[in-house]
Amino acid sequence: MEKFTRITGIAAPLMRRNIDTDAIMPGKELPKFEKTSYGNRLFGQWRYIDGNRKENPDFILNQPPFRKAIILLADANFGCGSSREVAVWALADFGIRCIIAPSFAPIFFNNCFKNGLLPVILHDRQVHGLARQAEESEGRGLVTVDLESCKVTCPEGQIYHFDVNKLYREMLLQGLDPIDATLRYESKIAAFQEKDRVNRPWIYQY
Amino acid sequence: MKKPATLVDKIWDSHVIMDMGQNTYLIHIDRNFQHELTGATSLNGIDKAGRKIRNVELAFGVMDHVLDTHPGRGDETPIPGGTGFIREFRQRAISHGIRLFDIDDPDQGISHVISTELGIALPGCTYVCGDSHTCTIGGIGALAFGIGSSDAEHVFTTQTIIQTKPKNMRVTFNGKLGKEVFAKDMVLFLIARIGAAGGIEHAVEFTGPVISSLPIDGRLTICNMAVEFSARTGIVAPDDATFEYLSGRRFAPKGEIWKKAVAYWRTLPSDPEAHFDKEVDIDCNEISPQVTWGTSPEHSVAVDGRVPNPAQAPDSHSRMTMERAIAYIGLEPGTALEEVKIDAAFIGSCTNARLSDLREAARILKGRKVAPGICAVCSPGSHQTKLRAESEGIDRIFRESGFEWRESGCSMCMSGGAGGEGFSPGQHVLSTTNRNFEDRQGRGVRSHLASPVTVAASAITGHITDPRKIGG
Repeated sequence: MEKFTRITGIAAPLMRRNIDTDAIMPGKELPKFEKTSYGNRLFGQWRYIDGNRKENPDFILNQPPFRKAIILLADANFGCGSSREVAVWALADFGIRCIIAPSFAPIFFNNCFKNGLLPVILHDRQVHGLARQAEESEGRGLVTVDLESCKVTCPEGQIYHFDVNKLYREMLLQGLDPIDATLRYESKIAAFQEKDRVNRPWIYQY
Repeated sequence: MKKPATLVDKIWDSHVIMDMGQNTYLIHIDRNFQHELTGATSLNGIDKAGRKIRNVELAFGVMDHVLDTHPGRGDETPIPGGTGFIREFRQRAISHGIRLFDIDDPDQGISHVISTELGIALPGCTYVCGDSHTCTIGGIGALAFGIGSSDAEHVFTTQTIIQTKPKNMRVTFNGKLGKEVFAKDMVLFLIARIGAAGGIEHAVEFTGPVISSLPIDGRLTICNMAVEFSARTGIVAPDDATFEYLSGRRFAPKGEIWKKAVAYWRTLPSDPEAHFDKEVDIDCNEISPQVTWGTSPEHSVAVDGRVPNPAQAPDSHSRMTMERAIAYIGLEPGTALEEVKIDAAFIGSCTNARLSDLREAARILKGRKVAPGICAVCSPGSHQTKLRAESEGIDRIFRESGFEWRESGCSMCMSGGAGGEGFSPGQHVLSTTNRNFEDRQGRGVRSHLASPVTVAASAITGHITDPRKIGG
């Protein structure tokens, strides 16, 4: 998994509430079993005009500075709906490394950490402030997200601290594979099951 | 004395393998159910990495998402690329020895329907599936989460998952349900009240006298939509109705082990003094049959209500969201929902395609005809549900009214949005499903969510209809 330490780049404001994973990655765009090459399908229904690949010029990620965004700014409950992890793969493949929003839907939030993407929760006011700065500078004002110090630096210089779970942070900082990490605890898993088979035999026999 | 605990605390604590600090835990997963979309992807990942499935006896697979629902179906599906997923999943599931409910299996159906129907999901168990509506399974008292493909690989290979423990929220349904008001109306009413983000970070226990008297099918419907207000999951405490429902099911424990299990399950309900971080009380006397007007499940109103006016929104961002939803749905603010003509009606999905749903819809449809020009489709939640409905003559009532009677699967909840069989741009579809998102049921399709009874009543009149006015 790609490590995440510190990034500086363009932040694209897509300030809608409840952006769902059907919108991030439409169902009709799911033809593969692989985890890559989904970037051109990201936000397919909003980014393109009717069926073909003609770009909708009004959509933020089609506008010159924001095409190169590595940070996405969104409103509350980003990533709600379907559990499809391909929504995260599409964002990552497009080049997005970090999403900043006042809140995230839980399955999407978990999926991000498995794919080198950092979801940052900031206060509603702070996210809207960042979005305003990104818009007013037409993308030229860069945003820095530092996972080591857990700080976001705005184009106009404000610094916002964010909280992130220590374990998830370590995984991103070191690019750890969570399965490899858990496999180290095999003896604990085996011990749990041994006891559990006695306490709750119905889980293991049917 | 032990600290009073909630139902969710008890299940969570009994599955902790390791406390990893900061409210994060390695927890055991008792049941791992995968379908051909995420299942194919995660098994592909496992095979590529050369990993093994740790407890194949705790894994189950089913074809439900992309398969065709026309009678006589095979591997071919109208969803582009769908056949590839079906064959990939089948081949890898067989090679790993996963118990698979394939297309022609008599127990095939939507995973969230068959796992309780077959007694695979049990009270007090931890349960995952690569689908956000896995929270449905909370209806029988399981702690059930939807997960992504990477976490599915993690569960396959370690039989565990790493998660933060959710906060506890309690929603109490008091009062009495009115005429033609069902579980679907209760949960739509709740989401309209607390918003589509109202459950974030919380596992939600549904409780109160109305929940206690609700059949298991209704509890499953309510838990199904916990994800629609971004809760981590929904759950109802197991009780006698749960045990009666599960008793004798194919994979449910039998004999002495069943008795031992029931005794254990009786210890699970929340302690009277247990602490909840968030509480919501709903008076069911206030609930009318619901229908959505917009593009989020929170856009729900009484069926005899009107499309709201964005000018009255509490803040500018709410107003923008409402304006966008109204533009998509193509209705003027102030329009009476009952004046909205519909083009299609769909009864199906993991939300509302169980036997009781089909019976209620049939009660309305009996001796009546679907309005001319309406495309009306019913896809039962499982093959067994379909057979039982047929033995009661429900299929005949549906067919004679003008509904298509299909095979089981995610069907029109999923296929239109996936580029398969669906509705046309601009069409208004009244649907028993759970998502009215933009383009969910096909590009430009305008979905309105409602109960099976409201969908049946509206199919007959050709416009959104208050089922209390039609009778049956």
